[in-house]
Amino acid sequence: MKFTGTDSYVASDDLRVAVNAAIALQRPLLIKGEPGTGKTVLAHEVAKAIGAPLIEWHIKSTTKAMQGLYEYDAVSRLRDSQLGDERVKDIANYIKRGKLWDAFTAEQRPVLLIDEIDKADIEFPNDLLLELDRMEFYVYETQQVVKAAQRPVVMITSNNEKELPDAFLRRCFFHYIRFPDRETMTQIVDVHFPDLQRNLLREALNVFYDIREVPGLKKKPSTSELLDWLKLLMVEDMSPDALRSKDSKQLIPPLHGALLKNEQDVHLFERLAFMARREQRQ
Amino acid sequence: MFTNFFLELRQAKVPVSIKEYLALMEAMEKGVSDYRVDDFYYLSRSVLVKDERNLDKFDRVFGHVFKGLEALPAEGTTAEIPEEWLRKLAEKLLTDEEKAQIEAMGGWEKLMETLKKRLEEQQKRHQGGSKWIGTAGTSPFGAYGFNPEGVRIGQDKNREGRAVKVWDKREYKNLDDTVEIGTRNIKIALRRLRKFAREGAEVELDMPDTIRSTARNAGYLDIKMIPERRNKVKLLLLFDIGGSMDAHIRVCEELFSAARTEFKHLEFFYFHNCLYEKLWKDNRRRHVDTYSTQQLLHTFPPDYKIIFVGDASMSPYEIAYPGGSVEHWNEEAGQVWIQRMADNYRSMVWLNPVPERHWSYTPSIQLLQQLSSNRMFPLTLGGLDSAMKELNK
Repeated sequence: MKFTGTDSYVASDDLRVAVNAAIALQRPLLIKGEPGTGKTVLAHEVAKAIGAPLIEWHIKSTTKAMQGLYEYDAVSRLRDSQLGDERVKDIANYIKRGKLWDAFTAEQRPVLLIDEIDKADIEFPNDLLLELDRMEFYVYETQQVVKAAQRPVVMITSNNEKELPDAFLRRCFFHYIRFPDRETMTQIVDVHFPDLQRNLLREALNVFYDIREVPGLKKKPSTSELLDWLKLLMVEDMSPDALRSKDSKQLIPPLHGALLKNEQDVHLFERLAFMARREQRQ
Repeated sequence: MFTNFFLELRQAKVPVSIKEYLALMEAMEKGVSDYRVDDFYYLSRSVLVKDERNLDKFDRVFGHVFKGLEALPAEGTTAEIPEEWLRKLAEKLLTDEEKAQIEAMGGWEKLMETLKKRLEEQQKRHQGGSKWIGTAGTSPFGAYGFNPEGVRIGQDKNREGRAVKVWDKREYKNLDDTVEIGTRNIKIALRRLRKFAREGAEVELDMPDTIRSTARNAGYLDIKMIPERRNKVKLLLLFDIGGSMDAHIRVCEELFSAARTEFKHLEFFYFHNCLYEKLWKDNRRRHVDTYSTQQLLHTFPPDYKIIFVGDASMSPYEIAYPGGSVEHWNEEAGQVWIQRMADNYRSMVWLNPVPERHWSYTPSIQLLQQLSSNRMFPLTLGGLDSAMKELNK
């Protein structure tokens, strides 16, 4: 079970080592990085590469740790009791399994993705300490212990909105996905658009990295935005010359909507274009 | 065997614990990584570092501890490189002409002998120069050199892929830089302060609403939940007062009054220009009624969030040197006190009323920016927003 990247995902050396260490030592792997650098996709690809089923748990601000284990639906039991339903006599009928339960009892060792853990309440990671460490938990209502037959490969992503508690971090391995350099980016694009013209790609990457260099951007475009933009460029059948033109009117790249997601950033670009034009006139 | 590495990491304030160290040992035992320096670097980084802010520190320590690893692959043992390896390598790399030159120097054996001698003499990683073994020099020994008689030690064909290169690059240097933002009027900005005091999951049963909606539901249960009321945020405001701050007094007053109504647990103190060993609460009695900073560090637990408000514009000596204060003789430099605060309180921001575009012209602002690990924000809408986000982490 060695992960070496897949035909649709380019994994750098350090990422490979981190993933393999997490798989071999059965510890959760915490992935951080700029939005759009492929944190969530990684879990999908790892699952695909090692041929394991993927269980996804997407975290929201209202998600509680308990929901990942199980939920006791007291409300519907109360309702059923009002309706005189037979099911009401067995409490197990009202225990809903959570994602962790699913992962622990899966027949094959699964990959469990806990996506965007930083979105949850600040206590959330603390509530999962024991469960992730020992891979077991206790169901109070039915008095049973759910224990993982084989420890799932746990991948956790974070966008760094909240700092995670030390005790939690100590149990994880950590990897920070660095923004890919030009070479890696070319590989990534190759994997996604194998029949893209070479020179179009070169020009597009020039424009893309130029944009990332612009100081003061609120949201720098990332890998996923580049891929979207390239798709658009291909659909529109844009020529490489259109990207290369240093005409100041064209300072804002064509189809910039895919790259710049913030009207302030677009304004910033327009202002730069305006200044460039004025300089030319002088 | 890596105890030194572990201890140095702790010394550099990378928060590593025994548990992580043992995990690394376990990983080594299980042979997770290949026996390559690069892989060991990646593995130890992923096991020991848990926050990208510490990656640069880690790289520095790693480079320091495993210094010279490139030239001496067998860690700890004396540098005995089997002669055959080098000979084979040389045979592959050297042209006939160059081999003739080696002969001219006294032959292969002579060259090897000198190499061994130098390896023994040499203590440090070396770069440049013309005698020692290292990189990029003209000595016959070392890597990336230009001497045709040179022996390559520990150099791959692919220079880019070398591990030492990887951590020497210190790519993570800039990861925690601050976001530049636009300005807007301060009132909206202050309203933002409110947001971070009330949030969380819906956990409490809303009794009145449940009864009301159950009744409306013809007696069937309809449970309503509300978020827990949490204003647990504890805030410690430290204001720079007097001197150059007079120009920003209005904006500070607004911030202060807004914060006061918003937070139950709020404490404030004043200081002048830079934080030293004393603070005060009443500006009229500032020389009589003082509060020691040491006491403050002990009184307020680390879960307090610290907000410095100040323009940080002064002579750099006021921060960096003992006795630098303009008002009194301070035994310890201001930066020592700021560092103590930063070590004690995890959430700490510095709000600066000086527009961000002027920051780079004032060395003291940059100094304090560094001391607060780049957590200085402009006192504007966006700045406050980012500062609150930082505090909320």
